[in-house]
Amino acid sequence: MSTMQLARRSFIVSVAATGGGLVLGWRFPAGRAVAQTTGITEGAEVGIWTVIQPDDTTIVRIARSEMGQGTLTGLAQLVADELDCDWKHVRAEYVSPQDNLASKRAWGDMSTGGSRGIRGSVDYVRKGGAAARVMLIGAAAQRWGVSATECTAANSVITHAPSGRTLRYGEMAAAAAKLPVPTDVKLKTPAEWKIIGKGVRRLDTVDKLSGRQVFAIDVQLPDMLNAAIAQCPVFGGTLKSFETDKIKDMPGVREVVAVGDNAVAVVADKWFQAKTALAALPIVWSEGAGAGVDSRQIAEFLKAGLDAKDAAIGQSHGDVEAALAGAAKKVEAVYGAPFLAHATMEPMNCTAKFADGKVEIWVASQNGDASLASAAEAAGVKLADVKVNKLHLGGGFGRRGQQDYTRQAVLIAKQVPGRPVKLIWSREEDTQHDFYRPITQCKLTGGLDADGRVTALHARLSGQSILAYLMPSRMENGVDRIAFQSWTKEEFGYGAIPNLLIDHAVRNTHVPVGFWRGVNTNQNAIYMECFIDELAHAAAKDPLEFRLALLTGSPKHLAVLNAAAEKAGWGTPLPKGVFRGVCQNYGYGSYTAAVAEVSVSAKGGLKIHRIVAATDPGHAVNPSQIEAQVQGSFVYGLSAVLFGEVTIDKGRAVESNFDTYPVMRLADMPKVETVIVPSGGFWGGVGEPTIAVAGPAVLNAIFAATSKRIRSLPLRLHDLSSA
Amino acid sequence: MITLNINGQSHDVDVDPDTPLLWVLREWVGMTGTKYGCGIAQCGACTVHLDGVATRSCSVPAGSVGQAHITTIEGLSPDGLSHPIQAAWLQHDVPQCGYCQSGQIMAAAALLNANPKPSDAEIADAMTNICRCGTYQRIREAIHTAAAMSGKA
Repeated sequence: MSTMQLARRSFIVSVAATGGGLVLGWRFPAGRAVAQTTGITEGAEVGIWTVIQPDDTTIVRIARSEMGQGTLTGLAQLVADELDCDWKHVRAEYVSPQDNLASKRAWGDMSTGGSRGIRGSVDYVRKGGAAARVMLIGAAAQRWGVSATECTAANSVITHAPSGRTLRYGEMAAAAAKLPVPTDVKLKTPAEWKIIGKGVRRLDTVDKLSGRQVFAIDVQLPDMLNAAIAQCPVFGGTLKSFETDKIKDMPGVREVVAVGDNAVAVVADKWFQAKTALAALPIVWSEGAGAGVDSRQIAEFLKAGLDAKDAAIGQSHGDVEAALAGAAKKVEAVYGAPFLAHATMEPMNCTAKFADGKVEIWVASQNGDASLASAAEAAGVKLADVKVNKLHLGGGFGRRGQQDYTRQAVLIAKQVPGRPVKLIWSREEDTQHDFYRPITQCKLTGGLDADGRVTALHARLSGQSILAYLMPSRMENGVDRIAFQSWTKEEFGYGAIPNLLIDHAVRNTHVPVGFWRGVNTNQNAIYMECFIDELAHAAAKDPLEFRLALLTGSPKHLAVLNAAAEKAGWGTPLPKGVFRGVCQNYGYGSYTAAVAEVSVSAKGGLKIHRIVAATDPGHAVNPSQIEAQVQGSFVYGLSAVLFGEVTIDKGRAVESNFDTYPVMRLADMPKVETVIVPSGGFWGGVGEPTIAVAGPAVLNAIFAATSKRIRSLPLRLHDLSSA
Repeated sequence: MITLNINGQSHDVDVDPDTPLLWVLREWVGMTGTKYGCGIAQCGACTVHLDGVATRSCSVPAGSVGQAHITTIEGLSPDGLSHPIQAAWLQHDVPQCGYCQSGQIMAAAALLNANPKPSDAEIADAMTNICRCGTYQRIREAIHTAAAMSGKA
């Protein structure tokens, strides 16, 4: 209660200070579909989550970041449903990190990742909507001099049934805003939902059709300069020297500055001038210890981990060693997946202004709170002296949870005080200075009894730990829990296997690693679901039947697998040359399964004809956006499986742009049929869970078509021809 | 000084003629709807029309454009919604992050100009722009919808 009141006070102060409207060097017309950045919007603040204008326009505050995943719309649906407002009046705007800081995080966590947008904030944003409804009804009841219990609300209208009187939300908002925010509010039951569960159009679509959507890279400010950056190509290396004199007379060039200890930036009137001058700048790097490392060495280093004695245990029961020794049949396979770049379409960028000991930044970030803290640290100012303007992200996929580019923009701006500087990374910098999806290998050993039942399974991971690199404080006695995603006791569907051991030999390289859409569920699901297929093959059993038998203790895993198989017509005849593959996985709170249909030509050409993907996210907030996320998961996931690889040579990333780091295009896009089977009772993620089943479904279908088991990625390095 | 005809208006721009059209549009003219994605004509985020033909502006020197009519996403339709491609994109709720969509829409509009009723295979041949969010399926569906709308008009 106290924090909510504090938040309101601070907000009202900021409204008074700015007088409404957005201050970003230009004004946005009122009533736009989506506030383009941190906004202070005119209207009455009813609770902390909604602002209602006289014409009933209802602005819902969003603390998470919109990067394409639809969180802006989904969260607004949660609030609007409890508010009982008319969806056609709903708009959205970002909560600003500085307001969140000043109110002791009244709007909760701003971090946007791990498919947590809805499931991490569903309770408090729904309560926010419900509280606003109670306040609006209370204000109307006061106006009429009746009991609030005699009043109801629907579609932004309050009705007093006994007298037949009505008032619109827009008419009551100012009075409602003066009432205390109730904390003890009753939420609707699923049967009462009107907006949750509807595939309403995204709130941010219109501006994305006309070029009007302002991304961070599009920010234009008075007196703005532009910066291009070069970072030491070898990870961990540092900047030794550069020769400003060689480029200082080139067109537009203003400054050449060191950025931290590992980068140099050219600041110019225009970014293209800065980039052109940077290419001509002689730079000497101190490459450091990583300079001798290449991909072959890393592969050997990981391979040794597959049989290492010491390993962190993720899950263990029974006696795997004994069971394997006594198995009628033993199957063993080694899988591997490479480093991958995120390759967001909008390269990393941030605009920063440093003046009078204060910093203002304009940034696309998956974590507004972290952007604020990073800017303060880089500038050496107090948190209260930072203002963050959040803009929609041109893709995130986990990359924009890191704040390296924010820090750099501030470090540059501090050296050009008084003028805003927009730092844009070239695509090459973006690809070669990522926090890559970690490289891992996995050795799987399975035992079958005489009837083809699985008696033992050992999965040994060897590879890089994200937590060890990014958040070592979250390592638990040398164990990186995230390495075992989808394989923890709570998540793993095949717990009925009587003897099970899953362990991880942590093998860290000098290459930066981070969270990449789906994180370790990607590799883990490929390893496990392709190996389960290998076991089914060894047992001479149908891959679907084999899985169903293993999932008897996991009814929700089983149900979603059945849903995919049924829609796909598993077991029914296919056109000549077309084959099916199947898989299932659990991650980010949701159950997923997929069936792929593929054909492989005699020359080895792969065609993916059809994908059926089923998901059980508990409650399905917006089926249209779930469908979009499922389709997108196959594009991102199959881009990785078919094409993706970042290799290391002389300590640096070799691939640099889309010519050397190819990704899926429309011609490669299979038809994806999305099957949503919400079983209710929980809120699962949507943006990431399905990506895990993209790869194994296709790889298992390729095996069915060719008898070739693909155990290392990407697929483009393999010959699928039948010659 | 070069003169460019952008969305029906003449612009005099004081710029090195070797500067790519993309950056002249974004930084000298101040039209930011056209996006930078790769700089090497791989991704198509920078797609504009030159005399109606889809062109990757990151790899076209501004000085080489001459009198050609440049159409950018800002000039595709007066209200930003009424071109059949934009209307179909809205109907199918195509964009996710939206960053590549200016280029996708310009590529699709040029495709329909040249081929009012494209097949799936022709769409796949023409639409080579990259989308990392994975909106390809809805793009394909929306192009068919736009073709049907245009056919009726």
